[in-house]
Amino acid sequence: MTARTGMLAAAVLAFRRDFLLALRHWGQVAQPLVFFVMVTTLFPLALGPDLAQLREIAAGTLWVAALLASLLGLELLFRADHADGTLEQLLLSGQPLAILALAKGLAHWAVCGLPLVLLAPLVAFSLGVPPGASCAIMLSLGLGTGILSALGAIGSALTLGLRRGSLLLGLLVLPLAMPALIFGARAIDLAVHGDSARGPLLLLSAMLALCVTLAPPAVAAALRISSE
Amino acid sequence: MNWTWLHKLASPPHAYGIAGRLTPWFGWPAGALIVAGLYGGLVLAPPDYQQGDAFRIVYVHAPSAWLSMLVYGTMAVAAAIGLVWRIKLAHAAAAAAAPIGASFTALALATGAIWGKPMWGTWWVWDARLTSELILLFLYAGVMALRASIDDRDRADRAAAVLAIVGIVNLPIIHYSVYWWNTLHQPATLSKLGKPSMAGDMLWPLLVMLLGFTLYFGAVLLVRLRAEILRRERDAGWLRTGLAQ
Repeated sequence: MTARTGMLAAAVLAFRRDFLLALRHWGQVAQPLVFFVMVTTLFPLALGPDLAQLREIAAGTLWVAALLASLLGLELLFRADHADGTLEQLLLSGQPLAILALAKGLAHWAVCGLPLVLLAPLVAFSLGVPPGASCAIMLSLGLGTGILSALGAIGSALTLGLRRGSLLLGLLVLPLAMPALIFGARAIDLAVHGDSARGPLLLLSAMLALCVTLAPPAVAAALRISSE
Repeated sequence: MNWTWLHKLASPPHAYGIAGRLTPWFGWPAGALIVAGLYGGLVLAPPDYQQGDAFRIVYVHAPSAWLSMLVYGTMAVAAAIGLVWRIKLAHAAAAAAAPIGASFTALALATGAIWGKPMWGTWWVWDARLTSELILLFLYAGVMALRASIDDRDRADRAAAVLAIVGIVNLPIIHYSVYWWNTLHQPATLSKLGKPSMAGDMLWPLLVMLLGFTLYFGAVLLVRLRAEILRRERDAGWLRTGLAQ
């Protein structure tokens, strides 16, 4: 990729590179997923196996577990690129950094968020959620993990190369993610009780649109600051 | 347009001097207004027909809550100025403002909890306003923690600035989503200035306290800004010659 490569072509290249790298280290990619399943297993163990009770807390459980798992997955976003100098090459490539950041974020979502979304109905079923809610669950978590990837990318870019970076990352990202948690969990909760989840899902979509447009410039600015 | 006056103003020796001279102009009126507001609120205002004397904590609670948000706004604006025009003084002001804002947020939470005890019968209720104050405290904590974990001052300034701006964009979203999530609280005390829901003799001490707290924030910000300038410029020549005189 040089300065003369088209912007879109550069973005596709960045996406392909990250996606392939992730597939070739799929053990790393699977870790947040295993974590997600484990956290959701903790709740029945802690609260008892009563499915009626578990159904009441299923929405919150799924969302909190997804939030924590995606926090864990953020380690994979920029850290390796920062360590081996790829990030500096991207900075020097003459391409708009915000677009590259968007492509990297998309690749990250495809390997960290998407599998979690596909797995979620299964986990929800184990918590006593009726299969009819699967569609709302996948939509809610699909939009939600996108928001989390965008917000997480900002935090991850700001904490690059810091000593206690991953601890700090949680402190920075979790408060920002709380609105998504509110609407996402609400959508699942409505679906679990057989109501229409349309309202919160539309609000989540609006948040995702806001994140996708506003986060890339912020990530680009943060990457520039962190790699000076 | 000639901007040299701005850069002269923003130079540390100048700002240090001006901040020192301005501090009493904020501090004394703040003290007078707070004393007057407290007298009006605790002595002159009649007890509430429902809440009795318990409502009087509003004279500390509402100004603290107002400042918790005003300070975040101030911090974000200062951070944006520092980021865009590369003015170090603005970063110093943002760094000085963050702990003040966190303190006001903590004060708003504490007074809210104390108010909640007679009103709800419990110290803590997951009510929309208290919860969004709590999240605001987390946001302050994030900005302060990020600044504290980066050793290089320039990078710390700019990283904290980006986070503060991201936070201010998110703040309305957080506020309204938490509000939507739970509206158990009474409607805002000062929702419309045109048609206040409080009686006049209860309202004026509150307005006086709001102004007093705001001026107090100005005074503390100036004092902290001077301390921040001293810390940042501790090796600078102007400071040594200034101290020697």
